[in-house]
Amino acid sequence: MTAEITNTTMNILNQVLNGDVRAAAKLIRGIEDDIPEATAAMGEIYLHSGRAHIVGITGAPGAGKSTLLGCLIGEFRKRSKKVGVVAIDPTSQLSGGALLGDRIRMQKYCTDKDVFIRSLASRGWKGGLSRAAINTVHVMDAMGKDIIFVETIGAGQAEVDISHVADTSLVVLVPGMGDDIQMMKAGIMEVADIFVINKADREGADGLRISLETMLDGSPRQHEISHHSGINDVSPETPPDPGAHRPDEWRPSILLTEAINNKGIRELADEIERHREFLTSSGKLAERRRERAKLELTMAVETTLRSHLQKTDECYLDTLIDDLVQRKTDLNTAALKVIKLPTEL
Amino acid sequence: MTPERKVRILIAKPGLDGHDRGVKIVARGYRDAGFEVIYTGVHQTPEQIADAAIQESVDLVGLSCLSGAHLHLFSEVARLLKEQGAGDVTIIGGGIIPREDIPRLKEAGIKEVFLPGTTLEEIVNWTKENVSPK
Repeated sequence: MTAEITNTTMNILNQVLNGDVRAAAKLIRGIEDDIPEATAAMGEIYLHSGRAHIVGITGAPGAGKSTLLGCLIGEFRKRSKKVGVVAIDPTSQLSGGALLGDRIRMQKYCTDKDVFIRSLASRGWKGGLSRAAINTVHVMDAMGKDIIFVETIGAGQAEVDISHVADTSLVVLVPGMGDDIQMMKAGIMEVADIFVINKADREGADGLRISLETMLDGSPRQHEISHHSGINDVSPETPPDPGAHRPDEWRPSILLTEAINNKGIRELADEIERHREFLTSSGKLAERRRERAKLELTMAVETTLRSHLQKTDECYLDTLIDDLVQRKTDLNTAALKVIKLPTEL
Repeated sequence: MTPERKVRILIAKPGLDGHDRGVKIVARGYRDAGFEVIYTGVHQTPEQIADAAIQESVDLVGLSCLSGAHLHLFSEVARLLKEQGAGDVTIIGGGIIPREDIPRLKEAGIKEVFLPGTTLEEIVNWTKENVSPK
C-alpha cells in the first residue's frame, strides 16, 4: 500500500468519523462501484463500526414499508437518536437500470443533519445481500448513527440475509393478503422479531393478527430458542405455553399501525427498543453479531477469491485451461492451484 | 467480472408544482437506458433536493418545473450544491421554460435545458455523452 493511498484512507476515515455526509456518500458510491481507494478506506471504517442498532424492514411491495419508515425516522428523532436508512430496490434485469423511489416517503427528514438516507439498487446480486449494502450500514455506523434501518423488497433470499445482518427484524404485512403469509411462511416469517400489521384500519386486521398468533403458537421457535442461539430446547415435559416468557426467549410481537395516519408508531418504536434491550440482557446481541461477522467473512472470502482470480496471470490460466480441455487435470485440482492451496491432502 | 460503474441520477420537482407525469416518464426512460434513478417526488424545496443529491452521491440532477418558478428554483439548487462542495454534480432542467430564460439558467449552472417536445432518446443520448460516473 502506498503512502498516497494511506493518506486518502486517513482523510476519508476522519471525515466519515466526523459525520461528513458528502464524504460518506462518496465512499458508499466507491464501494458500490468497487473502487480500490474505497475498499481500502472501508477496511479502516469497519474497525470503527459496530455500535449502532441495526433494524431490518421487509414486506411485500405496497405494504407501506417506506411510509412506516418515514414515521419511524420522526419518532426516533424525537428520542434524539441519529438515524441512518439504507433503502434497497431492485435493478431491472432487462436494462440494468433501477428506479429508486423509497426516498419519496422520507424526504421530509432529508434536510435533518442527523438523518442520512441512501438508496441502493440491488444490481443483480444473486440470492443474497450485497457487500455494498452491508458496508453502507458500516459507514453509517462509523458516522455515529444510533439506529440504522435497512429496507428491502419482500421477496427473495436477500430478506433472510438481512435478518442475519439486523439486530431486529421487522416484517410488514397488510390485511387482505392472507395468502402471502402462507407463501412467506418458510422464509422471512421465521426470522421476524416484530410483525407489523400496517393499514390496520382495513378489514381483516384482527383476523391477520389471530392467524399470526396461531402461527407463532405452532412454530418451533416457541418451544426452542431461536435459530440464532445454540441453546438446547426446553425440557420435553414442559408444556408449551404461548404466554410464557423466558428471559432468554423472544416471542415475536405483533403490532398494528396506520403509518399514513402516524398511528401506532410510538408503540412500534418502543417495541424496537425493547427488543434491543432484550438482546443485550439475554446475551443474544453478541450471538447475532457473531453470526453477522461469520456471514461477512464468507462474503469477504468469496470477493477475495474472485479478485484473486481476476489478477491471476492469464498465461498461467491459459495453461490450466488447456490442461482442462485435454483432460490432463480436473476442475478441483485446477481451482486449488489457482488459489495456491495444496492440491493434495 | 469487474462491476461496471453506473451513472446515478436524481430526478426531482422543486416548488409548488404537482405535474409529475413528464418527470416520471423521464425517470423511467433513464431506468430503461440502464441508469440508476432516484426519484424524490413532488413539492421539494431546493434544500431537500441538494441534500438528497449529496446523500445519494449522484452524477446528475434533473429538475422539472412547469410552474414558471424555474429561474429561482433551479438556480437555488445549483447554488446549494456548490455551497456544499458538490459543484461537480451536473444539473439539467426541463419543463415549460421560455427560450429567453435558457441563457440565464445556463449562467446559473444549469448545463442543459430540455423544452417540451424533446424526445426521451435525445435526453438519454445527451446524458450518455455528457455525464460519466464520478
